[in-house]
Amino acid sequence: PLSSRCCGPSSAGPAMNCRAEVLEVSVEGRQVEEAMLAVLHTVLLHRSTGKFHYKKEGTYSIGTVGTQDVDCDFIDFAYVRVSSEELDRALRKAVGEFKDALRSSGSDGMGQISLEFYQKKKSRWPFSDECIPWELWTIKVNVVNLANEQERQICREKVGEKLCEKIINIVEVMNRHEYLPKMPTQSEVDNVFDTSLKDVQPYLYKISYQITDSLGTSVTTTMRRLIKDTLAL
Amino acid sequence: AMDTDLSSQDRKDLDKFIKFFALKTVQVIVQARLGEKICTRSSSSPTGSDWFNLAIKDIPEVTHEAKKALAGQLPAVGRSMCVEISLKTSEGDSMELEIWCLEMNEKCDKEIKVSYTVYNRLSLLLKSLLAITRVTPAYRLSRKQGHEYVILYRIYFGEVQLSGLGEGFQTVRVGTVGTPVGTITLSCAYRINLAFMSTRQFERTPPIMGIIIDHFVDRPYPSSSPMHPCNYRAGEDNGTVYPSVEDSQEVCTTSFSTSPPSQCVFTVTKAHFQTPPPVVTDTLKVPVMGLAFSHQLSSSRLSYQPAALGVGSADMGYPVVFAGGLNAAHPHQLIGPGKEGGVPPVPSQPAHGTQADQERMCTPLEGVHYSAATPSSSEDTETVSNSSDGKCGSPHDLLETIFIRKVGAFVNKPINQVTMANLDIPFAMFAPKNVELEDNDPMVNPPESPETESPLHGSLHSEGSSGSSTGNTHDDFVMVDFKPAFSKDDILPMDLGTFYREFQNPPQLSSLSIDIGAQSMAEDLDSLPEKLAVHEKNVKEFDAFVETLQ
Repeated sequence: PLSSRCCGPSSAGPAMNCRAEVLEVSVEGRQVEEAMLAVLHTVLLHRSTGKFHYKKEGTYSIGTVGTQDVDCDFIDFAYVRVSSEELDRALRKAVGEFKDALRSSGSDGMGQISLEFYQKKKSRWPFSDECIPWELWTIKVNVVNLANEQERQICREKVGEKLCEKIINIVEVMNRHEYLPKMPTQSEVDNVFDTSLKDVQPYLYKISYQITDSLGTSVTTTMRRLIKDTLAL
Repeated sequence: AMDTDLSSQDRKDLDKFIKFFALKTVQVIVQARLGEKICTRSSSSPTGSDWFNLAIKDIPEVTHEAKKALAGQLPAVGRSMCVEISLKTSEGDSMELEIWCLEMNEKCDKEIKVSYTVYNRLSLLLKSLLAITRVTPAYRLSRKQGHEYVILYRIYFGEVQLSGLGEGFQTVRVGTVGTPVGTITLSCAYRINLAFMSTRQFERTPPIMGIIIDHFVDRPYPSSSPMHPCNYRAGEDNGTVYPSVEDSQEVCTTSFSTSPPSQCVFTVTKAHFQTPPPVVTDTLKVPVMGLAFSHQLSSSRLSYQPAALGVGSADMGYPVVFAGGLNAAHPHQLIGPGKEGGVPPVPSQPAHGTQADQERMCTPLEGVHYSAATPSSSEDTETVSNSSDGKCGSPHDLLETIFIRKVGAFVNKPINQVTMANLDIPFAMFAPKNVELEDNDPMVNPPESPETESPLHGSLHSEGSSGSSTGNTHDDFVMVDFKPAFSKDDILPMDLGTFYREFQNPPQLSSLSIDIGAQSMAEDLDSLPEKLAVHEKNVKEFDAFVETLQ
């Protein structure tokens, strides 16, 4: 979900245990969605479990996660995602908003989309719950414009190869077996996992994005500067 | 030492995990090379038979081969389980593409909890394997198999043999899991030479044929691994082929406990399934997904005529083809179905008994033929295979999945004329096609592109050409084999290339012409005093706006 799922603002900056990974891709405009979905789905494949079913005495059993292949239309590439239509819809919505924002920002499409995994830490009233990120994936995107069909064809292949490398990078990170939240008790499960989906259970996550202009600053400040400069004349 | 030795229960559990992990690894790899998209369902209610909480189907024949290779042993130091993926052309030449290795090294992690952490990490490793199997070059090759080549697998246990991969092969590590008895490592070594050729297939540069000269392999390792022909054994009178289920299927029921944290209650129950009387029909229903069985085609190696075969086999109506290969040391063949109904031709030396096999198998095959498996047998299949929820995973649904055709990266292109195959150059089909072949390639000349049917189309074309020939009209426009999105338009039914050429040189905009430009400028100048007056009136508002920006 693009909107924040936690009750209070995230702690400023990454928390102590939050590992951050950054991936960069250069793609054509029409490849943005598929490239983002490929990366996000691959990360979530590794960060989703089956639904937990708690039984008495604090034991629980885990449901089954199915997977399916997805072929890209604009990239010579295929990836595996979790079989969950709800999850796919959520990601598509976020990526669609990101793509639209990139497009409306002008021809120099540069931006980044972030997938953050967090834990909720309940605080006593009147303080709101804290969201503590423990893993942050950032995908920096650079949108290129191509002049003719031949370049587009090469781009299809090149971006496909690049995405293969990204998948290998993601798997490397996953294999480090670094910090993962402890398996929660039944009362704590919503502080660690997103239990709202009916067939799978990803760790709590949120997706956000930022569009940068060619100078590397955010759009708001640039617009303000432009208006000020113009009126100063 | 202070660390406690592995309890016997933990040891038993760990051995079981490793065994089933090995079997699932093989399933994932082989299924990823069948040439079709895989789809399994998530299920929120655990059935207890999905190892590692993942829905990975068990193709019985593959399990059987894996168990045979392992022969009751587990991967250990110096004893690795390897899945070799190779490619075999219609000429009979074969080449190793990948070796997937499941190895064990001595680095032990005594502290780790077997029934909890190891289990979950093995599950994570399987997910990584699912992802990685799609990014090595052989994946794309396997999606396009059918007419010119097929993909085969072979499982062996023992020492890893990488020499068949040629020079400069690359390795990708899928992951590792530490256990108290050693660290499990899963990796893939893959050939890169052929990958270079296949992605450049349609470029007009000549291939570097010199690279792959080391691939002529009949069987380099004749005795080191259990070899078996793909066909079902002739002479098994009772029709027993591969038992589709063991006598006792071990079911994994895992419960995890959170209090005290990280403890796990793990129970394994042996469920004794009623083994259905092994009948050829039943076992064939699952492998029809495109696995090895032999079907004797009436073509000999030397007199291969693709055209004739194409016509004849199209009548058969089902796309699967198998290697009649009857090299004794023949790896299992995987073929994906559905390449426009053609049957990939296969060289073969007629072997005795296959005739009988053919007769035996024709009937069940025709019976299966894309209808759902009969309820009773499909239930059996489902209890056997580790699918929790049979809907997406039942043979019937998997058959449906087979025919998902998507425009884009992996559309299969039926090459009607495999003229290159008649040449003696091995792997000649991977040499770039010349222009005539491309003309017949529906990807280059999309069949939906209308000829001169629509009146609009006709009026835009003075010559009435089909407009999708390969780049012989405009040099700067190269038609490449992809289907641009939105290229089909109801209003203007022409393909992108035609559109582009037609509208390349539009007439000048009228507002850009001098006369009209001068006219509007004069109007602008006249209206200036009025505009200035208005702005002066609103000076206060503008100032306020500027204030907000400070």
